Amino acid sequence: MKIRRILSLMLRHLYLIKASFPRIIDLIYWPTVQIILWGFVSKFFTMHSTYFNNTAGIILTAAILYDFLFRSSISYNMLFLEEIWSRNLINLFVSPLKISEIIVALTCTALIRTLIGLVPAVLIAIPLFGISLIDLGLPLMLLLLSLYLFGITLGLLVTAGLVRFGPSFENIAWASLFFIAPLGCIYYPVEILPNWLQVVALALPLAHIFEETRSILITNTVNYVNIYNALMLNLVYLSIALLTFYRSFKTAKIKGSLINVGE
Amino acid sequence: MNKLNINNLQKKFGSFEAVKKISFSIAENQTVALLGPNGCGKTTTIAMILGLITPTSGSISINNQMLKQDHHYLSKMNFASPYVELPKKLTVLENLNVYAMMYEVPDTKNRIEQLVEELNLAPILNKKTGELSSGQRNRVSLAKSIINNPEILLLDEPTASLDPDTGDFIRTFLENYKKKNSMATLLASHNMDEVSRLSDYVLMMKEGSIIDEGTALNLISKHGKENLEQVFLKLVRQNEN
Repeated sequence: MKIRRILSLMLRHLYLIKASFPRIIDLIYWPTVQIILWGFVSKFFTMHSTYFNNTAGIILTAAILYDFLFRSSISYNMLFLEEIWSRNLINLFVSPLKISEIIVALTCTALIRTLIGLVPAVLIAIPLFGISLIDLGLPLMLLLLSLYLFGITLGLLVTAGLVRFGPSFENIAWASLFFIAPLGCIYYPVEILPNWLQVVALALPLAHIFEETRSILITNTVNYVNIYNALMLNLVYLSIALLTFYRSFKTAKIKGSLINVGE
Repeated sequence: MNKLNINNLQKKFGSFEAVKKISFSIAENQTVALLGPNGCGKTTTIAMILGLITPTSGSISINNQMLKQDHHYLSKMNFASPYVELPKKLTVLENLNVYAMMYEVPDTKNRIEQLVEELNLAPILNKKTGELSSGQRNRVSLAKSIINNPEILLLDEPTASLDPDTGDFIRTFLENYKKKNSMATLLASHNMDEVSRLSDYVLMMKEGSIIDEGTALNLISKHGKENLEQVFLKLVRQNEN
């Protein structure tokens, strides 16, 4: 793996962001609106629900964390779609860039895109709603890492679909996160789900991440088992996603579909 | 010495055989043209050399070394086609910077300055690539394709849809570039004048096979025709009537 080649692909996307003010606004606008909306919902629940009483910020914190996941996954997909839309994919595939380098470059750039969008929204939440993510303390970093890994995993799976099936897979890219959101137990405890669905939900890292977030905010205690489970599950899913990506790339080369991805 | 050797290269898509065990080679500083009607297997052949399509059988070697997938020779090869574009929202300079880094070009600044001068890119250097005319875009694409001083250059219809003046500029540039740089070139084109002018050897393809080959002049005299276009039409229409 060569750093210079990875940086070249990152530079290509940073040039793109830098060149367009509306693009930067678009990155910031949606997370901000999302957080303001959930901020008011959160405020309302805090005032009118015994469950949320004295636990201000549970919903808003969950909304911010979910948005972090959403943005990282969508950013990953967007970066690949940008290459398809600009009909530049072939130039990348015939260059010395290795698949692993493309993955690393997209992963790093997706993080930058996500932070550009989310940091202003998180900062707005502090004076507006008195909620700071920092309240989660040190475990916040581990929760964010877990969410980011899962976002990248989803991004990789969707990108594998784009490589294999072409731009017609684009709709799946947008819908991918909504499919699993109900099982992520983002705004409610996992016990709310029917028993059989709880089993499915607990097989995903999201349920563990958001259970732990609530636990820290409500009881002020950290259960590292949840964090460990989430990270381990993430490693399993990430491995599957990487294998799927490499496999779809190999299949696309055999079927000849790689040269039509940008069509 | 042969730079590129293609040996019994075959590609099947299900029961359809797109390329039928073709063999050819390109020597250092030689330009070989692939001529043939649409769908005859030219693009599939180029895509296999570039590693975009996995061959069903056969081998590709560069400098007598057999290529594997994701081969390191990609850093010594390059490709241009009007059907593959550079990112439109990036300026010409940004695109050249990105690809110079991607190909790990030493002394990037000097190399870009050299290309800017040779391909007359100075007036459009800070323009977005998407705002350029097709002729200007073609020059930028050509600059990208030689940014790494490739040992093997693959060109797929490099002057398609260009006006005669721009087409001539590109051909003249390629002629001069070849004189100054040792490079094996594979050119796929439908433009017979271009093939006659740029290529040292011509491979005529039809339905996935090489049906004839030789220098443009040899082919013209062998088939008793006045130019390469007539040879092309004769060979393509053979067995059709």
